[in-house]
Amino acid sequence: MPADYHGTHATTMKRKIYRRLRLQIIGLTLLVAVTPLVLLGGAIYNQFARAHEARIEEQMRLLANSQSNAVDVFLRERTNLLAILVERYTYNEMAQQEFLTRLFETLNRRSDMLGLVDLGVIDDTGLHVSYVGPFNLKGFNYEQQPWFGEVMTKGKYVSDAYMGFRLFPHIIIAVRGRTGQNQWILRATIDLEMLNQMVRTAQAGRMGDAFIVNENGVFQTQPRFDGRTLEGSGIDPKPFSIGTTIVSKSSQGAITYYYAGAWLKSKNWLLVIRQRTDDEVGGLLHTRNTAIAIVALGVLAIIVTTIFIAHIVVRHLAAVQKELDTLSVQLVQSDKMAALGKMATGIAHEINNPLAVIGEKAGWMKDLLEEEEFRNSPNAEEYFGSLAKIEEHVERARKITHNMLGFARRMEPRLDDVEVNTVVDQTIELLANHARTNNIDIRKNYHPSLPVIASDQAQLQQVILNLINNAIDAIGSDGSIDVSTYLENNRIVVAIKDDGPGIPKEVQRNIFDPFFTTKANGRGTGLGLSISYSIIEKLGGTITFTSEPGKGATFSVHLPVVVPEKK
Amino acid sequence: MPTFSVLVIDDEVDFMETVANRLKKRNIEALGVASGEQALSLLKARAFDIVLLDIKMPGGIDGIETLRAIRHHHPLTEVILLTGHASLETSVEGMRLGAFDYLLKPVKFEDLLRKIAAAHQKQTLAADKT
Repeated sequence: MPADYHGTHATTMKRKIYRRLRLQIIGLTLLVAVTPLVLLGGAIYNQFARAHEARIEEQMRLLANSQSNAVDVFLRERTNLLAILVERYTYNEMAQQEFLTRLFETLNRRSDMLGLVDLGVIDDTGLHVSYVGPFNLKGFNYEQQPWFGEVMTKGKYVSDAYMGFRLFPHIIIAVRGRTGQNQWILRATIDLEMLNQMVRTAQAGRMGDAFIVNENGVFQTQPRFDGRTLEGSGIDPKPFSIGTTIVSKSSQGAITYYYAGAWLKSKNWLLVIRQRTDDEVGGLLHTRNTAIAIVALGVLAIIVTTIFIAHIVVRHLAAVQKELDTLSVQLVQSDKMAALGKMATGIAHEINNPLAVIGEKAGWMKDLLEEEEFRNSPNAEEYFGSLAKIEEHVERARKITHNMLGFARRMEPRLDDVEVNTVVDQTIELLANHARTNNIDIRKNYHPSLPVIASDQAQLQQVILNLINNAIDAIGSDGSIDVSTYLENNRIVVAIKDDGPGIPKEVQRNIFDPFFTTKANGRGTGLGLSISYSIIEKLGGTITFTSEPGKGATFSVHLPVVVPEKK
Repeated sequence: MPTFSVLVIDDEVDFMETVANRLKKRNIEALGVASGEQALSLLKARAFDIVLLDIKMPGGIDGIETLRAIRHHHPLTEVILLTGHASLETSVEGMRLGAFDYLLKPVKFEDLLRKIAAAHQKQTLAADKT
């Protein structure tokens, strides 16, 4: 399995987790934020629709009532006029054609919108004795007409619309007069067109209608749509009570109508106002659209905000997680150091004794070879050479075990007043010659006023020495090292940047591990960086590095600014 | 180098014998023992100028106790501590009890000789003063 497989896999996993988390946050927030908004919008719209409907119903109720009253007044006025006329004039006067003609002309002239088409006098035998109007009805006998008897009995009469002799729909008002023993009838025809217009003033909207039906639901006036006078309206007047009732009913498929009906007081006619619901709810539709737009805008704002917040939260979480990861890597590194330290001590101790024996035995052999008889042996040189090699390698092993013990040694750092720039400068001095012989230029760039800190000068020097030494080793020859100091986040940073080959990616994760070295066999113990790491850790700091293969590496020592106690 | 006597005390017999032999080869009177008990019984019979003492010896009397006894009975004898087990506490304890120095195994024989010579020189100077 490739080394970076785990890294890529972990990143993909994390990305998946964060994506799911982001979706969960967005989903949940939207659910709790949008649902109430939509419900509220729906409830408000519903409430508004009801109020709107109630208002329409109320308007129609009022309109039907007032229009019904107006028709009532119209009919009563005409009836009263006829009643006054029969009281004022005698039969003999009224039966004279000239008199009646003059009277009708005077009435028409004097009263505005009289609304009567004709006027006629009928004697007690039903004979039309005088008539003024557009039809020649004089001489007709009405004795057999149903209304004749009723007028004679009740004194006054307003008819439903009927065809009569004229063969087109009309409505008459008739009043009985009495001159001595003689009974007669004054009869007038109502201008149906005027009545139609009067009723229709109550109609509203593009598709609204207003008309009068009798108790059998027969049109008494001409409706605007769907029917003619004297045809059945299809309306059953029975459910309309004495007051005004609204019935909303559906007809003609999907179209729904509001009906408002008001009974006339003086006649069993029902004045009906009809409106199409879609005609009336125009305002409501507008309101609904506005409500939907407001809710949609709100939802959009919530969605955008939620996504934004989720993004911020997840990004923050990721940052915290990254910090935790770094911390945990550092912790793991410390644990590893401690465990390895213990192991290293044990191993070093166990190896030291046999090493000492090997060293002493080799030395003893050398001592013995110094004697005359061995010295002249033909292989003496070989022996000496081999013994020297044994001693050399014992020495090499000794350095390793002693380094290991040094690495593991738990020495408390001694706190001095440390001027970091001075320490760095001294360290560079120590290595200047070594660098010069390899044609490596060490450039310095110090922060001019770093604070004096409480730290361990000797240990710090050891670390800087180690890092610069590593940089020199990495470059080999011909290159440059930039050593800079600066302040960052209340920490003093010493950065050592080389222009060597850089650290290969696959090596980077092991770089602080003890015994890990890339140096040629025998040139490094692999303890330098791990010792440096634990030293700086003990001093409360960290060592970090960045490296791009082929472009060198930068190691940075971050030291806490600990102000020394005043002495 | 003037002759003087060295006692090597180490449970690592190979080491103890070899060091003693190498010292003898350099005309130093040297003797080796493998335990604190043997050392103490020998020291009852005679004194040594210098003692090379391994601090960590399993079982019986350990290095520190041996050191304490030597310092008690032979205050003029200089003791150089030797061990493969470096522990700061033991070395500090050893130095506190009056050891001349402390060396970590494996030690270069030349360094050991230098250390012995230095101890002997100190001893000679101390004797001259008295």
